[in-house]
Amino acid sequence: MTYFLDDQVGSAKDRKVKLSCRNIWKCYGPMDSGIYQMRDTPERASAVAALRSSGCVPAAIDVSFDVHAGEIFVIMGLSGSGKSTVIRCLSRLVEPSYGEILFDGEDLLEASPKRLIEIRRRRMGMVFQSFGLLPHLTVLENVAFPLRVQGVDRQRRESRASEMIELVGLKGRECAFPAQLSGGQQQRVGIARSLAVEPELWFLDEPFSALDPLIRRQMQNEFLRLQTLLKKTIVFITHDFLEAIRLADRIAIMKDGQIIQIGSAAEIVLKPANDYVREFTRDVPLAHVLTVADVIEPYRGHLQATQSCGADMSLLDAMPSFAGNPEGFAVTNSSGAIVGEITASKVLTIFAESQERTR
Amino acid sequence: MPLFYFQHDLTWLTNTAVWLKGPIERGLNLVMDMFVANFSWAFGAISWLLSWPLTELQGMLQWLPWSVTLVAFTLVGFAAAGCRLAIFTAASLFYMVATGYWQESMNTLALVGVAAPLAAGVGFGMGVLGYRSGVARRVLIICLDLMQTVPAFSYLVPLLLLFGFGPVVGLIASAIYACPPMVRNVMHGLASVPSALVESGEMSGATRWQSFWWVRVPAALPQIMVGVNQTIMATLSMVIIASVIGGFNDIGWEVLSTMRKAQFGQSLMSGMVIALMAMILDRISAGFASHVRSTVNTPTVSRSNALAASALLLLALFAASMLFPAMRQWPSEWRVYPAAQINDFLSYTVSRYGWVFAEIKQIVNFCILLPLKIGWLRLFDATGYTISPVNQAAYWVAVLCAMLLASFAWKGRGAVLVALVAAACFFGLTNIPWPVLFMVVGVAAWQAGGVGTAGFSLAGMSFILMTGLWGPAMLSLYLCAAAVALSFVVGGALGALAASNDRFSAFIRPVNDTLQTIPQFVYLIPVIFLFQVGDFSALIAIVAFSIVPMIRYTEHGIRSIDHEISEAAIGMGCSTLQKRFQIDLPIASPAIMLGLNQTIMYALSMLVIAALVGTRDLGQSVYIALTNADTGAALTTGFSIAIIGMVADRIIQAWAKKRQRQLGLQEIRSA
Ligand SMILES: Nc1ncnc2c1ncn2[C@@H]1O[C@H](COP(=O)(O)OP(=O)(O)OP(=O)(O)O)[C@@H](O)[C@H]1O
Ligand SMILES: [Mg+2]
Repeated sequence: MTYFLDDQVGSAKDRKVKLSCRNIWKCYGPMDSGIYQMRDTPERASAVAALRSSGCVPAAIDVSFDVHAGEIFVIMGLSGSGKSTVIRCLSRLVEPSYGEILFDGEDLLEASPKRLIEIRRRRMGMVFQSFGLLPHLTVLENVAFPLRVQGVDRQRRESRASEMIELVGLKGRECAFPAQLSGGQQQRVGIARSLAVEPELWFLDEPFSALDPLIRRQMQNEFLRLQTLLKKTIVFITHDFLEAIRLADRIAIMKDGQIIQIGSAAEIVLKPANDYVREFTRDVPLAHVLTVADVIEPYRGHLQATQSCGADMSLLDAMPSFAGNPEGFAVTNSSGAIVGEITASKVLTIFAESQERTR
Repeated sequence: MPLFYFQHDLTWLTNTAVWLKGPIERGLNLVMDMFVANFSWAFGAISWLLSWPLTELQGMLQWLPWSVTLVAFTLVGFAAAGCRLAIFTAASLFYMVATGYWQESMNTLALVGVAAPLAAGVGFGMGVLGYRSGVARRVLIICLDLMQTVPAFSYLVPLLLLFGFGPVVGLIASAIYACPPMVRNVMHGLASVPSALVESGEMSGATRWQSFWWVRVPAALPQIMVGVNQTIMATLSMVIIASVIGGFNDIGWEVLSTMRKAQFGQSLMSGMVIALMAMILDRISAGFASHVRSTVNTPTVSRSNALAASALLLLALFAASMLFPAMRQWPSEWRVYPAAQINDFLSYTVSRYGWVFAEIKQIVNFCILLPLKIGWLRLFDATGYTISPVNQAAYWVAVLCAMLLASFAWKGRGAVLVALVAAACFFGLTNIPWPVLFMVVGVAAWQAGGVGTAGFSLAGMSFILMTGLWGPAMLSLYLCAAAVALSFVVGGALGALAASNDRFSAFIRPVNDTLQTIPQFVYLIPVIFLFQVGDFSALIAIVAFSIVPMIRYTEHGIRSIDHEISEAAIGMGCSTLQKRFQIDLPIASPAIMLGLNQTIMYALSMLVIAALVGTRDLGQSVYIALTNADTGAALTTGFSIAIIGMVADRIIQAWAKKRQRQLGLQEIRSA
């Protein structure tokens, strides 16, 4: 179904794998290790169930995925599904019970404590749901903290911190304490802090969940703006599907510690792997999810060209073009060449099919 | 029950076996002697090490002109909590100057000034250790329980033997006594730093050292400062108590010696100094603690300016006091000392209205204390009457009826409770055969906390029994039970009132604060004057001191009930009384129980102090052991008191936890 337009946005999948997570297990509580070698089989399912009833919590079960350079990889799932556990395994804040995590080919689980500190100091940043700001430090000192632990001298670290504070739009509040800021402002500080060391890899654990909807929306836009500027490799956690759709290049859906499906938003909505995912995506407005690439067809030569759009532009944003062209319109790229067409009948068909499936 | 009637034949039941008394006490004394003989050089060194800063600080405080010290403290008070505290501090210090207690006050302050940092430092170290290692934590918690429940008098004896006579002993005793709150607060504070904070430190690439000192400790600082405040208060309290050793001319000694000479005016005036000092130290340290909490600092520029200005002012004062000797040393002819007038006034009042106090004492003695102590049966025997079998039967029938009623209202347990209270009043707590008490406590412990708690309780009680302290222990139990019951009822009522009435709450809060900051010792002064020595005075002193937690926890428990529950109750048409008894009190019961727990602890700690006003219980035994310098007796008696406290503590805590879990409430931390 998907066609081209690759001249504008290179598909994330073609880029180099930055972070690779292989067969990660994390069990809280005592357990035997025989289970880790099992792959997804009914025997394993019953073994996991037995584990659960014995009081041990398997919070991540055989989790594997690759994150490509410059990609926004979103993990989503309900509360308690193990999202935080997975992201904490990636940064080794919790020690995985089993598995392999390759960061630029280096196995993080083999890294010595010293090497780990080194990696965290230079190459990783993390934003926390509850902000994690140090209450006794000012905004400036908080943002400069990662540089301070590296031993950067005061002047250099404070000028770098000021830059970051300006980047997230908090200029003027440098001397405030976290308790004096609103939730949204606090999270901006958290973001600025995690960016202070220019990490290649950026982890965000439900960064906007504690904020109210309006601020959340604003912060999402801010986040997208930063990403077009900085082009980090990002693992982003959320339990809000709409947020995932807005931000993600690819989405992984988790349930009870297992990843159920990985794919683009449209793939997940249009081809849910099972009933759970279908139920999950049921109320998602299709127009939000579908991108131009999902509905575009080869140009047949009679529809009128209206606007230029990228393959990843959402269908919702392309909708206004139907206004003067009820049948459909031709899509042009940024240099004005026609690359394909979108027809009303195609859009309707997709909508009807997906509605049919969710019934 | 029949056991009681055959007591005369079964004397072994009340005159208990004391096989262990000799061996344990002799053993302890032996160990002690060995220690003193072999390690006295080490303790001598420690003693020397500690006495050095003490004499330095004492010398400096004595040498500084009073005007400089007064203004310095005023400035500190201002920095801590603003104008009002500054004025209060200045007035209090001026009181110490004008009444001529300056020297004694400064000596006490020197003791606190050395003991408090010592306790806080050691406490911090132990707290960190306990936070780091689970094993250390478990050991520490037992040690802390012991340090807080074993009365200080009983470790004063070995300390005296080890360190020799002198103020250093008081210093060390204070440090031991004041350490636990610091340890607990440090452990709790460090452990309850939000994990996101620590993780964010780790993700910044902090090393373990950095993440501990730059993230965890600063984040726990508010809690740690609470510990510092509590430690300072405990130090002061203990410094005063340790003055029974004498020899340092501090304010505690002044109170004690005047009290012994029955000079009420003098002891009141010097007791006032202690109370004022306690309040100043409390407010100042609490003020700084809340600065830390609010984390909003004043700009550094103005702060350094203020510091410079203060230093200048103090220097100027110092210079001035060189010119005017009256600013250096308060002239003795200016001394304001109305002790004699107070005495005259009071003896006049007592001669006019003394009968009122005597009456109150009489009533309480005959209605509550004596029945509880020796029981109706003996009480009547002693007064020459005998209770006819018919009357006895009538009593038990009445009790049965009450049990029936209780079993309707609160199920079987209520009936058991009524039966126990009735039996206790009939036969007297001190006459209970030990197997009966073993059984009652064992069952209660088992019900509340399971086999472990029951085992602990029984083992503890066996220790008391076998060291021959059963008799005094029962006296302690009776005094404590009376005081706690009184505190429970009165304090609970006051707390409930405070929960529903904001005005009363605002009134009672500072009263509670004051009652809690004043060292225990001071309570004895008015009590002994109004009611002379005896059980009743002890009772009043204990109640006055131990009622505070009951009031606080009751109010807190009721106030923190979910609003929706209250509204639902009102919505269902509960009357105010119904709501109070059927909704508020049951839901607040875990908090109230923890209040009761604290009340028992406070009562036990006051018990020993109250021995100074002439009781015959364990407290008195400790006190006697202290005067005889008998380590073995002091320690076994001290442990017995600790055991009573810990058994009560375990049972009540277990019960409160269980109940909280049932009610699905959050755990309430005992402060
Ligand atoms: N330290 C721990 N010890 C024991 N169990 C834990 C621990 N941390 C998490 N768990 C359990 O692991 C499971 C997954 O938790 P996790 O925090 O990863 O969920 P989550 O998807 O991030 O949820 P949320 O959206 O609420 O943050 C939960 O059942 C949780 O109870
Ligand atoms: Mg989470």
